[in-house]
Amino acid sequence: MSTLTLSGVNKRYDNGAHAVRGVDMDITDGELIVFVGPSGCGKSTLLRMVAGLESITEGEMTIDGKRINETSPADRDVAMVFQNYALYPHMTVFRNMAYGLINRGMAKSDIEAKVRETAKMLRIEDFLERKPAQLSGGQRQRVAMGRAIVRSPKLFLFDEPLSNLDAKLRVQMRIEIKRLQRELGVTSIYVTHDQTEAMTLADRLAVINEGLIEQMGSPMELYSDPKTLFVASFIGSPHINLLPARFENGQLQVGDTAMAGFDALPQDVPLMLGIRPEHIAPHADGAFEISVDLVEQLGADSLIYGAVAGFNGNEPHELCVRAGEASQHLPGERIKLNFEAGRAMVFRQDSGERLI
Amino acid sequence: MKRVQFERSAVPYFFVAPQILIIVVFFLWPAAQAIYQSFLLEDAFGISSQFVWFRNYEDTILNFAWLQSAGFTIIFSVLVTFFSLAIALLLAVRANEVLHGSSSYKTMLMWAYAVAPPVAGLMGNLMFNPFVGDLYAALNILGWDFNQKLDAFDASFVVILISVWKQVSVNFIFFLSGLQSIPKGVMEAATLDCRSPEKRFWTITFPLLAPTTFFLMVINITYAFFETFGIIDTTTRGAPGGATNTLVYKVYTDGFLGADLGGSSAQSVILMIMVLVLTVFQFRFIERKVHY
Repeated sequence: MSTLTLSGVNKRYDNGAHAVRGVDMDITDGELIVFVGPSGCGKSTLLRMVAGLESITEGEMTIDGKRINETSPADRDVAMVFQNYALYPHMTVFRNMAYGLINRGMAKSDIEAKVRETAKMLRIEDFLERKPAQLSGGQRQRVAMGRAIVRSPKLFLFDEPLSNLDAKLRVQMRIEIKRLQRELGVTSIYVTHDQTEAMTLADRLAVINEGLIEQMGSPMELYSDPKTLFVASFIGSPHINLLPARFENGQLQVGDTAMAGFDALPQDVPLMLGIRPEHIAPHADGAFEISVDLVEQLGADSLIYGAVAGFNGNEPHELCVRAGEASQHLPGERIKLNFEAGRAMVFRQDSGERLI
Repeated sequence: MKRVQFERSAVPYFFVAPQILIIVVFFLWPAAQAIYQSFLLEDAFGISSQFVWFRNYEDTILNFAWLQSAGFTIIFSVLVTFFSLAIALLLAVRANEVLHGSSSYKTMLMWAYAVAPPVAGLMGNLMFNPFVGDLYAALNILGWDFNQKLDAFDASFVVILISVWKQVSVNFIFFLSGLQSIPKGVMEAATLDCRSPEKRFWTITFPLLAPTTFFLMVINITYAFFETFGIIDTTTRGAPGGATNTLVYKVYTDGFLGADLGGSSAQSVILMIMVLVLTVFQFRFIERKVHY
C-alpha cells in the first residue's frame, strides 16, 4: 500500500545521452501504471531508476513521502520482475523465493509458510524443489512473479516480463498479472513496448517518447483523446490512419480531395489528418476513394487496406479501414469511403500538437 | 529399431592415426618404459642391469628424503593452488567492477602469463639474491631475518611466491570470463534481494563461479605438481637440505643427476598413480557439487 512520486526526474549518462528528461508523476495507492513507448525511449531506464539500479541525475523520487534517491535498492522495498526472469540458476525454486526473505532476517518457519502460500497462489508448489533450468518458460515466469510477490513489497516493478513467452501464454499471463495485482492491491509499474499489453493492463498509461512523458491517462482517454501525434500513432491496433493535409481556402485538403467539416485551422502549415480505422466506412457517395490492396478477414470484422492518392502525384498513402462485418471487396477494386468528421483529429506535422 | 551399420573401411583409422601415433610415441611408450625401468636395478654407468621386482618401490617409500619431498609437494600444491586462485579471484572481481581503462588493466594483469616458468624463476632468483636482491633487502630491513639459502621456511616462501605470481594471470583470465558470463539481470535481482555486497558475493557470485573454480583447481594442482619444475630448478634446486624438493624435481635429480634410473622410474610411477587418484577424486567428489 504505497504511493510513488517523481518530480523533475532526469537521467543523463556520462556519454551525454539524456535518457529521461524531467519526468513528473504521482502514482497512487494500488494503481497499475504502464510505461509504454518504442524501444530506446527511456521507459526501462525510468523503471530501473525507481528500483535503484540506475542513479538519479536530477530530481526527486519519494515512496510514501520519503525520499529514496540515496536509498540502496534492497532498502527501497521494491520487487522487480525481469524480462529474462533473472532467477538464481544454482538455487531451487524454494530458495529463489526465500532468498530475499532470508536476507531480511525473517524467521525460518515464517519463510516456509510464506513461500508455500505464494507458490500455491501461482500454482508452482509442485516445482519448489526444482532448479530453474528444469522449468519451462511459463513456469520460470511464475517463479519470477513469486519471488516478487513473496516479499510483499511496497512496489512491484515489471520490466517487459512477458516478452519471452509465446503469444498464447502471454495473453494468459497478462490476465493473471492483472488478477494478482488486483487481489494483492500492490502499487505497480509495468514497462512494455506492446501497446495491446499496455491497453489491457493499465489503470493509467504513460506514453513515453525520447525520455519525455507525452501523455498520461486511462487507456480509453489516450485512445480517444490523444494530445499529440505520437500518442495517436502509438496507441491503437491497427494504427490510426495518418494523411498529410493542408488547410486552404477554408477547407482541409487531403491530396486532391477537399474535406468538409473543418474550420479555423492555421494556413500554410503542414497538417496531419488522423482517422481511426473504425471511423471510416465504405459509402456509395463517399468523400474519397481508395483502390483495395488487401482484405484481412478477422472473423468478427475485416480490415481493408488500400491506397489513397497523394498530393500532386506524390506517393499514395496507405489506409486501413475496419469494416463492421465480413467484407466482400476484392483486391484491385476501387471503393468510395466516408469518415466521421466529428471523430477525426488534426495535428501539426512539425510539433505534433493536436489542433482538433 | 534398426541399428545403423557403417561400412567397414580403413579410412577412419587413417584419419585418427596421427593422433594415436602421438599418444603412443610420446605418452604410452615412455610410460611403459618407466614402469619397466622401475623394476630394474642398474649400475651407475648403465652397463648392467638386474630385475629386482619391487625393491625400487620399497626403497623409495621407506626413504626419508622421499617422504619429506612428498610432504613438501602436498603442502606446496595446496598453498600454491589456494593462493593463486584466491588472489586471481580477488583481482578478477575488482577488474570486473572497473569501468574506465579496464582493457589496459586486464592486459597488464595477463602479461605474467607470457613469462615461462624458468624465466620467472630467474627473475625471482635475482630479486631474492643476497647481494643485489631488492626483495631480499626489503624483507631483512623489515626485520625478517630472511635467508632462503639456509632456512627451509624462507626457501619455501620464495618458490611458493614465484609459483603463485606466475599462475595468477591464467586464473585471472578464467575468473574474469566466468564473472562476465553471469547474467547481469541475476546480479541486479540480487541487489534488490540482498543489501550486503559481501553476502551477495558468497551466495550468488561464488556459487555461479563454481564450475570455473573447479576447472582451475584441477589445472592449478597439476601446475603445482609438474610445471613448477622450472621455477625450482632456477631458484632453490631443492635446497636447503631437500626442503623444497618437489616429487617431480626429485625424480629429475635422482634419475639424471644421481644416475639411479630404477629408483627414479619407481618414483615417477608412484607420481603417476598419485595424480590419477587425485584426478579421479576431484571429478568424483568435487565436481558433483558444482553442477546446477
